[in-house]
Amino acid sequence: MPEAAESIVLSRRGVEGSHTLDVYLETGGYEGLRKALAMNPEEIVAQVVESNILGRGGAGFEAGRKWSMLKKSTRRYLVINGDESEPATFKDHFLVENDPHQLVEGTIIAAYAIGASRAFIFIRGEFALGLERVQSAVNDAYKIGALGRNIFGSSFSLDLIVHPGAGAYICGEETALLESLEGKRGFPRIKPPYFPAVIGLYGEPTIVNNVETVSNLPWIVSRGGAAFKALGSGRSTGTRIFALSGAVKRPGLYELEMVKTTFRELIFSDDLGGGLYEGRSLKAVIPGGVSAPWITPDQLDLPLGQDEVAKAGSMLGSGSIIVMDDSTCMVRAAWRISRFFMRESCGQCTPCREGSNWIEKVMARIEAGAGREEDLELLMDLCDNIVPGVSWPPAQTTICVLGPSIPSSVAVGIRMFRDEFLTHIKEGGCPFE
Amino acid sequence: MSRFKDEVLQEALELVKLYPEARSATIPLCHLAQSVDGYLAPDAIEHIAELTSTTPAEVHGTASFYDMIQLHPVGRYVVGVCTNIACMLQGGYELLEAVEETMGASVGETSEDSLFTVEEVECIALCDRAPCLHVNYRYFGPLDEEGVKRLKSDLIEGRLEDEVPSHGVISRIKRSAPELIPLEEIDELRLVEDEQRSSRMAQKGGGDA
Ligand SMILES: Cc1cc2nc3c(=O)[nH]c(=O)nc-3n(C[C@H](O)[C@H](O)[C@H](O)COP(=O)(O)O)c2cc1C
Ligand code: SF4
Ligand code: FES
Repeated sequence: MPEAAESIVLSRRGVEGSHTLDVYLETGGYEGLRKALAMNPEEIVAQVVESNILGRGGAGFEAGRKWSMLKKSTRRYLVINGDESEPATFKDHFLVENDPHQLVEGTIIAAYAIGASRAFIFIRGEFALGLERVQSAVNDAYKIGALGRNIFGSSFSLDLIVHPGAGAYICGEETALLESLEGKRGFPRIKPPYFPAVIGLYGEPTIVNNVETVSNLPWIVSRGGAAFKALGSGRSTGTRIFALSGAVKRPGLYELEMVKTTFRELIFSDDLGGGLYEGRSLKAVIPGGVSAPWITPDQLDLPLGQDEVAKAGSMLGSGSIIVMDDSTCMVRAAWRISRFFMRESCGQCTPCREGSNWIEKVMARIEAGAGREEDLELLMDLCDNIVPGVSWPPAQTTICVLGPSIPSSVAVGIRMFRDEFLTHIKEGGCPFE
Repeated sequence: MSRFKDEVLQEALELVKLYPEARSATIPLCHLAQSVDGYLAPDAIEHIAELTSTTPAEVHGTASFYDMIQLHPVGRYVVGVCTNIACMLQGGYELLEAVEETMGASVGETSEDSLFTVEEVECIALCDRAPCLHVNYRYFGPLDEEGVKRLKSDLIEGRLEDEVPSHGVISRIKRSAPELIPLEEIDELRLVEDEQRSSRMAQKGGGDA
């Protein structure tokens, strides 16, 4: 086991009243912003570029590079993505409830760095407590002069709006989020031309950053980009919050230095996941959200790093890790994931809308014991119609990548656990029930 | 039922002002309407259209896309049980059954006493406390059958009055801040700053050379 990494975004975890202004100020709060305001915006961008922090929302794009791509129109916006709805991802939920000031401070720093005309924090509507806490933090920030006119006596002014979502996974996709913020249905926009950094909110250039991404900014500005880059390895710098769930003794959030810990250590170390339940053995792990292909027990020594997991044919995505043991029915697991996509497809693209429906129906019938052997070919064909060649990373055939994410769990499930599918079909029922 | 009135109308007008384009207030206003009526009533849709300079059809089109916006009356408590993967692995479907049984309503239905509406929901980001559920978007987990029974009696006997407010996730949120700064003022300020900075840089560059 590597030494416990320095805690950056979860440094106030367990501190009583961590969501209050008093505790925040006692623990170094708003020092990053004060330091930032003494710098030029370009210098902050340079620090963030140097840190090489990868976006924590799922796509893993360098935040500094994204900022540099912003079209420098007179009117431009900053939107923070707190829609967190990826199954088994629960880090932003924790951050908005327990360290809202860190998020607000990070947002103000980002807004100053990119010269935002106004900033919005979009928070998943279900996070009722998180919405309350972030709004209180914003109110406090106005009170102490960290928002409004001439922030901390500088020439920088900013308004920050907390915006509630209303329940739709697709609104986590950045262009759908902008549509939603404009008061419309959450229909993703086609890229190109609608790259937010060029044509975003109200048609103006917009930066969309994830909650965890900007929550790192106070630390990066205080300690410098180089200090962040000193943690981790390769392209994966700093620490990252991993959300561990499923069949482990100690599910929860673990902030770990990137690349320095393996899946095995995260799941089995006593001070991390604590291992499986008594008498159980590991069957498969879903890394990075339900779009990601599953990994098998022989791949457990992979380090938790973005490129490392990508090279192994999956993705680190949103940093969520779901553990499945030998009591798990893989048909049921793959079915439930297909049902999620069916319910959450926005319906604009035929392969996604129709494909997710058909796959769910066929999967449900196999799980219920009413499947036929040909169904496995039918499923692979349906997958192929969404992602030609059922390749990974998937070819994009639709407006957004939700559609191409549908096949991975079904196809990988069939490839890895074909026997289990066949048993359902031959025995006319689920062997796990 | 209702159009916005009195303080709630004031609140609605404040919400509209937060956005460069009024239509952006559509969803917050839907939440606001739900905090009064429990659901988005036809009159509220009309009023929201007026406030956001759109049409009732546009408001309805937006509202119907989102799971949290109820277009029909619901029980006093909406109970959303998560059955997504992490919860399913820990007994999410068994929890859903226990909730249906205990609350006396199947998924999508409301109990006869109008107290509970049961929903099966996707991941609510409480996966380390699986299996879990929300009641009016206040979270509980992990829960077993006993836990569900206790939750029901706590709700009915008023022990969770503070923890579980009535509908409308924004009912307790109050923005308290000065009037918004006009966007033009911020843009103008930035242009001036940028210009000053680049002329300072040019001077500095000239001095160094
Ligand atoms: C279907 C879909 C769902 C997404 N959900 C989220 C989400 O819940 N939160 C998030 O931050 N990013 C989500 N993303 C990624 C965003 O589009 C975007 O890349 C991200 O917010 C950018 O922030 P970052 O660069 O800081 O990661 C999603 C993408 C897709 C395609
Ligand atoms: S791929 Fe699916 S979710 Fe994405 S835009 Fe098309 S239909 Fe909507
Ligand atoms: S899967 Fe149930 S809360 Fe995440």
